[in-house]
Amino acid sequence: MSQPFRLNKEGLINRKKKISFTFNGKKLFGYEGDTIASALIANGIHLVGRSFKYHRPRGFFGAGVEEPNAKLQVEFNGHSEPNVNATEMELVEGLSATSQNCWPSVNFDIGAINNFLKMFFPAGFYYKTFMWPKSFWYKIYEPFIRKAAGLGVASIEKDKERYEHKFEYCDLLVTGSGPSGLASAYAAAKNGAKVILAEDKPRFGGTLLTDDVSIDNLSGKDWAEKIITELKSMPNVTVKNRSQVFGYYDHNMLVMFERVSDHLEKKSKFTPRQRLWYIRAKETILSTGSIERPIVFGNNDTPGIFLSAAAKEYMKVYGVLVGKKPLIFTNNDSAYETALEFKKNNVEPIILDTREEHSSELIDEAKSKGIDIRFSHGVIVANGYKKVKSAKIGKLNKDKNSFEKIETVDCDCICVSGFWTPSVHLASQSGNKLKYEEKIDAFIPDKKKQHETSVGAANGSFTLEESLKHGFENGSNLSAKITETKTEISIPNVNEKKYGAHDKFWCMPLPKNENPKRFVDFQNDVSVSDIEIALREGYRSIEHVKRYTTLGMATDQGRTSNLNGLQLVSNIENKIVPEVGHTTFRPPFTPITIGTIVGREVGMEYMPTRKTPMHEWHEKNNAVFVDAGAWKRPRYYKQGSETLFEASKREAKNVRENVGICDVTTLGKIDIKGPDAAEFLNRVYTNAWMKLPVGKARYGLMLREDGIVMDDGTTTRISENHYHMTTTTAQAANVLSHLEYYLQIVWPELNVNVVSTTEQWAGAAIAGPKSRDMLSKLYPELDVSNDALPFMGYKEAEFFGVPSRIFRISFSGELAYEINVKSDHGMFMWEKMMEVGKEFGNQPYGTEALSTLRIEMGHVAGPELDGRTIPSDVSLNGLVSKKKDFIGKNSLGREAFNVESRQKIVGLIPIDRKSSIPEGSHIVQDQNAKLPNPKLGHVSSSCWSVENNNPFSLAIMKDGKNMIGKKFFVVSPLKNKSIEVEVISSHYVDPEGKRVRS
Amino acid sequence: MLYIKCPYCGLRAQKEFSYGGDATVKRPNINEEVSSEDWDNFVYMRKSPRGKHIELWQHIAGCRQWIKVQRDTATHEIFQTAKVTEEIR
Repeated sequence: MSQPFRLNKEGLINRKKKISFTFNGKKLFGYEGDTIASALIANGIHLVGRSFKYHRPRGFFGAGVEEPNAKLQVEFNGHSEPNVNATEMELVEGLSATSQNCWPSVNFDIGAINNFLKMFFPAGFYYKTFMWPKSFWYKIYEPFIRKAAGLGVASIEKDKERYEHKFEYCDLLVTGSGPSGLASAYAAAKNGAKVILAEDKPRFGGTLLTDDVSIDNLSGKDWAEKIITELKSMPNVTVKNRSQVFGYYDHNMLVMFERVSDHLEKKSKFTPRQRLWYIRAKETILSTGSIERPIVFGNNDTPGIFLSAAAKEYMKVYGVLVGKKPLIFTNNDSAYETALEFKKNNVEPIILDTREEHSSELIDEAKSKGIDIRFSHGVIVANGYKKVKSAKIGKLNKDKNSFEKIETVDCDCICVSGFWTPSVHLASQSGNKLKYEEKIDAFIPDKKKQHETSVGAANGSFTLEESLKHGFENGSNLSAKITETKTEISIPNVNEKKYGAHDKFWCMPLPKNENPKRFVDFQNDVSVSDIEIALREGYRSIEHVKRYTTLGMATDQGRTSNLNGLQLVSNIENKIVPEVGHTTFRPPFTPITIGTIVGREVGMEYMPTRKTPMHEWHEKNNAVFVDAGAWKRPRYYKQGSETLFEASKREAKNVRENVGICDVTTLGKIDIKGPDAAEFLNRVYTNAWMKLPVGKARYGLMLREDGIVMDDGTTTRISENHYHMTTTTAQAANVLSHLEYYLQIVWPELNVNVVSTTEQWAGAAIAGPKSRDMLSKLYPELDVSNDALPFMGYKEAEFFGVPSRIFRISFSGELAYEINVKSDHGMFMWEKMMEVGKEFGNQPYGTEALSTLRIEMGHVAGPELDGRTIPSDVSLNGLVSKKKDFIGKNSLGREAFNVESRQKIVGLIPIDRKSSIPEGSHIVQDQNAKLPNPKLGHVSSSCWSVENNNPFSLAIMKDGKNMIGKKFFVVSPLKNKSIEVEVISSHYVDPEGKRVRS
Repeated sequence: MLYIKCPYCGLRAQKEFSYGGDATVKRPNINEEVSSEDWDNFVYMRKSPRGKHIELWQHIAGCRQWIKVQRDTATHEIFQTAKVTEEIR
């Protein structure tokens, strides 16, 4: 079990702890501190996946978030996750990784035939090919594309892991723990500021871990460790590794994704897997560093081709060689550090430098170590299918567009460096319009829109000295403004190598008669020729080129491809890069799991559950619940093997014949107090309220200002200046806001207070012909006769020793009462009612029976008051006062509200008296008419009338007033039903309303 | 997510508030004659400016007060917040 590419001692991994894992079924091992990528490379494995479009073999390209290729399906801790970035995921015992987008295997992938058909898959292929014929889209094209597209496979199992959300506030958020980030955090912390320092990698320090530098005579790594240790000891500092700040939103709100426990072998049941942080920062330091830019050349996607800094990171952090015969292909000095690192580990690299022969500190050092340096050289094309075997290299002429000499050299890896691209994603997300910096040929932040400051490489300064200086200065100044303390910090002495100028060269030309693919964007398989096609076909805006070619899309968001794409477009268009502009950077910077976004808000915790005080009783008595907003309401009480239909019929019938009780706690209740309360109600409701006596209730209707019915309910005058308003369950919150709006803004002169009392009262309705008999048993001391407590009467009395309110109001259309007691007494009240009601045949009834009762009475509710009906539409115009003004009154005069054929509520019964009518069905004249069949109305509520023993529905119908007695069809294409119906009055039972007054 | 300074409670996250539209619209007085045009303007006609806009928000998960917020509709910058009884200039 040797690892052929593992160095003997280099690296920060824990060689004492071996970790075994599998890749495509093969058993392998790595060490604690490895990523999947570093462990695979140590084992000499480079072929890890197939590309998106052409299914070309792909290997690792980077060593962190910049990786475009190495996305694996990973199984660990009992779950399977697609598109895991192999360069970021830490190795854990028992992990199993498999390649994606290949069949039957990554070594032999049938889809790779696309690679040989690539002339048929140019940019815009899908748009052009799948347009015609139109009828092919659903059955042939779409399934084909769906099958061909996508990378990994999402699990269909329930995610058993725990995810959390956290809200945090700080003075300064520092995103990235490289030299500038550490310096900023340190200076701010010393000023007493509340600091959060976030690092996306497991190890702090950024480039300090890999660069050959010293700070105050300490190595970069040791200095970083010293600063981190000190920061961790300070109570005003939070230091987080494995934490990626991925989104910058309004008002300095940043969102961070913390990988809490994927790297742990054991964890408690309560340890979350990942945590989402919402951070409101007064100031933000963006020290996100930079990402190396590739140079484009032929077959540059072959496994074994790396970014040069990634190759260095594999050596210095993981003790892993990406190859033993490296070619270093560069246009700048930084790749020389990679070459020197190879040399240090006894590997002989060849450096191909696109610049003409010159000297600099690093070049001289490489020369003195005897490294083979070839100036004016570059890689033309990489040879090898599943791994680089050799490369055709060329000496460039002065024009850099033709070759003086071409030869082939053997190699097993190519490390490419095209200089550096600052990571400006967060700055751009914050609203900062970027500017193009000629000196580094990249975009850097410009004018800020929010409280953010980019420092170090993210701001285009690539020397350690500058990065530290900017870090200390900005960290100190920004925090001093907040804490009003300033601690002097001396900027440390720095020892680093000086870089010479880079070459403005990013795309290798091709010799005549050679046409290998030159990839700009690996993740989306976008090549140079695709961009050329897009421009040839007339796409000019960079945003359009992006969408047509898919350049810079998907999970890596063009981290390694954006600038090269822009450079190409600007070369072809003969423009300079800033004229072409850049595409928009969007959150998230790196992919995050859906589980993290959801957090704890799943299952029972998805939303709050509201239960009435009688809930336990309902549960014990076989109630089947229904959601009414957040409330749980009994829909019916199941007896034996009853169905919903049977149970609700039984319950409703019992109310019509005997008596039933219903939990009505969920109705909205609003207490209204103040000397102007009557005047206020008079303005809010459409009917008159000035003369309602104390001890009486009244039904009221409220409109919106546009004349549409908003809500209905009863309001009772408890005392001179005290009213109790009820609203429907659904509208309770809206009505309260509505009342507050008028009291606070429109009529502040009215002396009235409103407050919700929904939670304070438990309510039960007692309905049915025997309800008075039952009531007199519940209140033996009280006169409950029709004279003493008439319809719309109100009384307060003791209910077996507890205070209660009795309202004689009815929703069922029967003789009915509603009792309210304090919530704490709700269960007591309910149990007493069940006990006392026995002799009258009392049964509890649920919302389904409640609906049946109100529908056959023609009482309107939510389905009729649907935000489109005015009072006359639902036969409530009797409640609209002509004498006084009220909210919405002026709108009722609108022409469309007053035309003769205006919609109106009607009743419908099926001609066969048997077929039940689906709610939502449309009313049409002719069921067989050609589509679109003119719609005359819709069915709003349906029930089985227990009084008449046949189906009955309420409907809102055009010119409904004049339709009574006529026959129509109701059609429900969804349920494939068509039923002939007769239009009748909406008041099917007791149209005179005698029962409620009896 | 916006950060809104409630004049009663201080800086609070947007999720505690609900939006209430243009704060400069004045409802015609109750019990007074109003022309159809004025009424229609009050009910339906709203400007949708790009830039500064004075609007109503209600602190529903807090003090339940309606407040005025002067906000830039393009950048979301909030310039000023005030009680509804106060003027925003």
